[in-house]
Amino acid sequence: MKKHVSIWFVIGLQLALFGLIIAVISVYGIFVPPAQTVVLGELHPGIYWGVLMLTLGVFYTVKFRPK
Amino acid sequence: MNGTLPFGSLIQLGTADFLIIGIYFVFVLGIGVYLKHFAETGESFFMANREMTAWIAGLAFLSANLGALELIGWAGNTYQYGIMAAHWYWIGAIPAMLFLGLIMMPFYYISKTHSVPGYLHLRFGPAARSLSAITFAFMTVLMSGVNMFAMAKVMAVVLGWNFDFSIWMSALTVAVYVGLGGLLSAIFNEVLQFMLIWFGALLIPILGLVEAGGWSGMVERIHKNVPLIHPNSPTTDYTHMWSVMDKSGNNPMGMHWTGIVFGLGAVLAMGYWTTDFLVVQRVLTAKDLRSAKMAPIIGAAFKMIVPFIVILPGLLGLALLPDRLYPEDQLGAHPGAHSYNDVLPLLLARYCGPGLLGLGITALIAGFMSGMAGNVSAFSTVWTYDIYRPLMKPVASDAHYVAMGRWSTGIGVLVSIGTAYLVQEFASIMDYVQALFSFFIAPLFGTVLLGMLWKRATGAGGFWGLLAGISSSIGMFLWVKFDHDTAIRYVALSPQATAMAENMYSALWAGLICVGVTVLISLLTTPKTDSELAGLVRGCTPIPSEGDYPLLQRPVFWAVVVGVGCVILNIIFW
Repeated sequence: MKKHVSIWFVIGLQLALFGLIIAVISVYGIFVPPAQTVVLGELHPGIYWGVLMLTLGVFYTVKFRPK
Repeated sequence: MNGTLPFGSLIQLGTADFLIIGIYFVFVLGIGVYLKHFAETGESFFMANREMTAWIAGLAFLSANLGALELIGWAGNTYQYGIMAAHWYWIGAIPAMLFLGLIMMPFYYISKTHSVPGYLHLRFGPAARSLSAITFAFMTVLMSGVNMFAMAKVMAVVLGWNFDFSIWMSALTVAVYVGLGGLLSAIFNEVLQFMLIWFGALLIPILGLVEAGGWSGMVERIHKNVPLIHPNSPTTDYTHMWSVMDKSGNNPMGMHWTGIVFGLGAVLAMGYWTTDFLVVQRVLTAKDLRSAKMAPIIGAAFKMIVPFIVILPGLLGLALLPDRLYPEDQLGAHPGAHSYNDVLPLLLARYCGPGLLGLGITALIAGFMSGMAGNVSAFSTVWTYDIYRPLMKPVASDAHYVAMGRWSTGIGVLVSIGTAYLVQEFASIMDYVQALFSFFIAPLFGTVLLGMLWKRATGAGGFWGLLAGISSSIGMFLWVKFDHDTAIRYVALSPQATAMAENMYSALWAGLICVGVTVLISLLTTPKTDSELAGLVRGCTPIPSEGDYPLLQRPVFWAVVVGVGCVILNIIFW
């Protein structure tokens, strides 16, 4: 029987992609601040959150990649 | 570039946000297309080949419940009722999920049923199966439509999206990925959506607590704000769960603790988590009995911490939002104000900049779609196996039933869309559908529980008990609707009872009536023999021992761990 890819691989891909987008746009926001400011924006949560998602995403993508 | 959105929306999305939402839809649809080749047989399309690990089945089990009304609705309910809303998680879910895993799952699994109505057929015969299947199928597509309407409304308020666009975009996406990949695709997407919901929503309570100065800072602000936000509330204590429930008039919900413990915990929650096929279907896909028992326990462990992303934001809304929010029906008197249900989107807009905002909105859309997909895939299975096959076409090829499954998925989505538009025209339909659905669940629990644990229960007892329970719940609902002041004193035991308290007590009475009638008629009719009940009832079914597994792999060990955790949480927030 055919075997489909692991669901964790797909989740890893998506987390990595979203994490990358969020981290990049948040770093960009340091140099070009967005028009709408947010509360606690000075903590740059997007950078930490994006990097966390990217790290987890890469881990899952590699660990559960199709053999 | 900012998206051009109509005036009045809470949130404005930018390019990065749209990119994230777009990628999400590509993933979801791509999964459906990819998994079509793995869902060509009835067993794969309807039961996902029964090959899921405990983790995947458990997360899908929980994710199917994280629907439209969950994230937005319970955050709004917390703004209205305070931390008491967490009862719907800790007493109103965890015990029931553990009960399903330890006590009921062995019978569902060993009987090899494909659905809850299918189990009733094996246990009580075709009449009970047909009654439960037709009611479930009917109510499921209606509920799906109600959820769809709620989603489109939220999208209109939060993002300014067109109502028709939201309805058709989400409905067609769900129809494509469930229609192509069946339950396998639904489960794949539900686990994916589960992760997105957490990553999209978790940052809000973290940043909210930072702004409020921690838990104590938040509580202090709530005590200060509640008299202004809820001037008619009998208490300002919105941060304790049990100590305000000694009298129904002492808390904002108008609920006595017996309503929560017996109505919610013992009947309604048990009914929903153990007999609603929408969630039980996910667990039936587990690869073996141990996984099937572990799946609800894993689900319970995560359910226990869902209040962190749903209840806590509601409390943070009470503490931090500068403007007072109002119930939906009072918005007309307060132009420009927002409703209780907007508390989560308002916090999202408060803390999340570009990218994070897209992730948060994707989490909301994921929540909406996982709930809808759960309804549609459960409807498709029940329609095909419990209505179409036995009542219309008993003999046909496996391929024919799979084709019917795909068609019924599409038809289920279309009926849901129709319901959503109907609710748009006649808002009161929403109240009727939600009430009837919850009332139906309570008697079903009584029937299934007696079927599994009492071998003396007969087919006639099961059918008439279920019918009596459903009829009485509808009767109580109509009585309260048309003679509220008198009926509420008897149904909910208090003239101050809210609609929520009424639901709890109605469920309790309907469950008791179902059990009473089932017992009475069973004692007057002839039971099946033990050999006929093998694999279906406790005492007639050999259940494999867990003794051979190491302690850390035993479901009962983890159930105790989760149970103790739940007790500790209740004590902390007593």
